[in-house]
Amino acid sequence: MLYGLKIALRYLTASKGQTGLLIAGVAVGVFVFIFMSALIGGLAVFLLQRTVGDIAHVTIEAPDRDAISLLPDSPDVLVVQQRAGNQRTLLRTADAFLPLIEALPGVAATSQQIVGNGFVVRGQTRAPVGVTGVEAAKVSDIANIAKALVAGSTDLTNSGVIIGSGLAEDLGISAGQVVRLQSDRDVERTLVVTGIFEIGVDALDSRAAFVSLATARTLFAQPQGVSRIEIKLADLNQANDFASRIAAQTGLKATPWTQGNAQLLDGLRAQASSGNLIKGFALITIVIGVASALLLSTYRRRPEIGIMRAMGASRRFVVGVFVAQGTLIGLMGGLIGAGLGFLALAPFPVPELAPPGGLPVDVRQGAYGLAIVLTTVGAILASILPARSAARVDPVSVIGQ
Amino acid sequence: MSELLAIRDLVKTYGEGDAETRVLKGLDLQMETGELSALLGPSGSGKSTLLTIMGTLLQPTSGQHTMLGTDLTHASDAELTGFRNRHIGFVFQFHNLLPDFTAVENVMFPAAVFAGRETAAARARARELLARVGLADRMDFMATQLSGGQKQRVAIARALMNKPELVLADEPTGNLDRESANQVMALIGEINSDEQTTFLISTHDETIAAHCRRRILVSDGRVSTL
Ligand SMILES: Nc1ncnc2c1ncn2[C@@H]1O[C@H](COP(=O)(O)OP(=O)(O)OP(=O)(O)O)[C@@H](O)[C@H]1O
Ligand SMILES: [Mg+2]
Repeated sequence: MLYGLKIALRYLTASKGQTGLLIAGVAVGVFVFIFMSALIGGLAVFLLQRTVGDIAHVTIEAPDRDAISLLPDSPDVLVVQQRAGNQRTLLRTADAFLPLIEALPGVAATSQQIVGNGFVVRGQTRAPVGVTGVEAAKVSDIANIAKALVAGSTDLTNSGVIIGSGLAEDLGISAGQVVRLQSDRDVERTLVVTGIFEIGVDALDSRAAFVSLATARTLFAQPQGVSRIEIKLADLNQANDFASRIAAQTGLKATPWTQGNAQLLDGLRAQASSGNLIKGFALITIVIGVASALLLSTYRRRPEIGIMRAMGASRRFVVGVFVAQGTLIGLMGGLIGAGLGFLALAPFPVPELAPPGGLPVDVRQGAYGLAIVLTTVGAILASILPARSAARVDPVSVIGQ
Repeated sequence: MSELLAIRDLVKTYGEGDAETRVLKGLDLQMETGELSALLGPSGSGKSTLLTIMGTLLQPTSGQHTMLGTDLTHASDAELTGFRNRHIGFVFQFHNLLPDFTAVENVMFPAAVFAGRETAAARARARELLARVGLADRMDFMATQLSGGQKQRVAIARALMNKPELVLADEPTGNLDRESANQVMALIGEINSDEQTTFLISTHDETIAAHCRRRILVSDGRVSTL
């Protein structure tokens, strides 16, 4: 086999220009493959970052109370207690769960929250808001409020409220001014606008207000328990698994972010499959290119193949010589293409840090190893047909010519 | 002298139906170890056909072919390939050498393909053989950088590489001028008497045939010794 490899190498180096072109062609295919991997992967990171970056990855709530049968043993009469619709279900045992959840691997941040609806009132203007009560230290743990802050600060005291820029505009207020917050439980507090944020999501910017957990307790008359625990994971792709594990272990309702973002996920999937299609075409081009070049070479070298066979080279040896050529071409083209791909992608910032409007390619997602392996395997497969045709060369008919 | 090979009732036809040509028609031939024989006959008489069958490159239509006690008529392609590698050397008129390899590499080929690599021992023997055929100063020349006569001498060295019992040469001097042709034949004669290697050389040339001790004539699909 070693000797077959030597002959393969000699054949490749004998026509340097042709071999160089062939390897360059393979390298271009590999480059396309790697660039597509990095682009599709980068786009996914970019879009997820934009969409999911500011929401919880998993939300834990008290389980929905099902309608309760009041006469379970009666075969004829069905009497049920209606499921509580307007009453907020409370997570009364949050204090017990929280340390356990925080200790789980992959958890980046947790935030217990009390949520409710209300109105921000200033003078004659009333604007409906969704109020979220959070721990003062964790204001920025789920949505990055600190990063999106346009005025004031995120230091949340029990007499402060942080609102979005759209809401501030509607009400005509700026940081430091005072508003009244009226809950749907008819509790009213006067609060100072400590900060104004602009996340870029309208639902948040013109309808969200953050207050301290203690303020929320009074506003919504909830002396204990919380409405939900929001969790951020280190890897947002783990959300489904994580949620079902939490649900199974605690019996609570755990909702992964994917449940509310089916369209985004569909889009990402469609993007990934069109990327795979392009990658597939790149591989097919490589295979066809290598196969046709080697087929031409077997044809040109028919007399030599005949001599080798006459000198006692077996068919398997001849097959080996041509498969080795395919392997070397695939490996060289793969390595060069992967190297060039990396060099071309390296200058781009990773999508998490990409400036708006930049090409969101992700150098980490180039799939270099996969590209090299698939190309080499493809080139080996491509060489089988030419190798078999070489092995079938009849020495008598080519030597006599 | 002992019997090297025996051919009995050998028939070879090319084509089928109306296009069928019967080239060898029940040919018998024996050869002894150490023979130096010329294969003569008019063009188209079947000399090359006979040589390629004897070299196991072509299957006869019918008949028996044994060499060194091995039945070669019913052997598989892999068996024939191995047999060829160890026991038969070839020298052809054209297309003899691998053009992308040096003289030494060409001579080593039969040994390297057998061993799976180029051994130091094979290299040493190849250099010895090239010196023997007068090409000590051309060892590392590429095949394409050699003259016609030099190429044929490299081919002879290569044919001897695995110490075969039989060397088949199909018009080995057909491409050469008179002087080179005589040099090649003198070399073959020398090797034949030194090493008892059996040679069968097809030729149209009486002066080439004059170098040989036995002259075998192919005519009408059979052979006769002159
Ligand atoms: N592959 C083939 N298919 C059909 N006929 C063939 C084939 N090879 C040889 N022949 C025929 O067989 C006959 C013998 O050919 P062969 O080459 O053995 O002759 P030869 O004695 O070597 O002739 P030359 O002295 O010209 O080399 C010729 O008539 C030729 O046409
Ligand atoms: Mg002939």
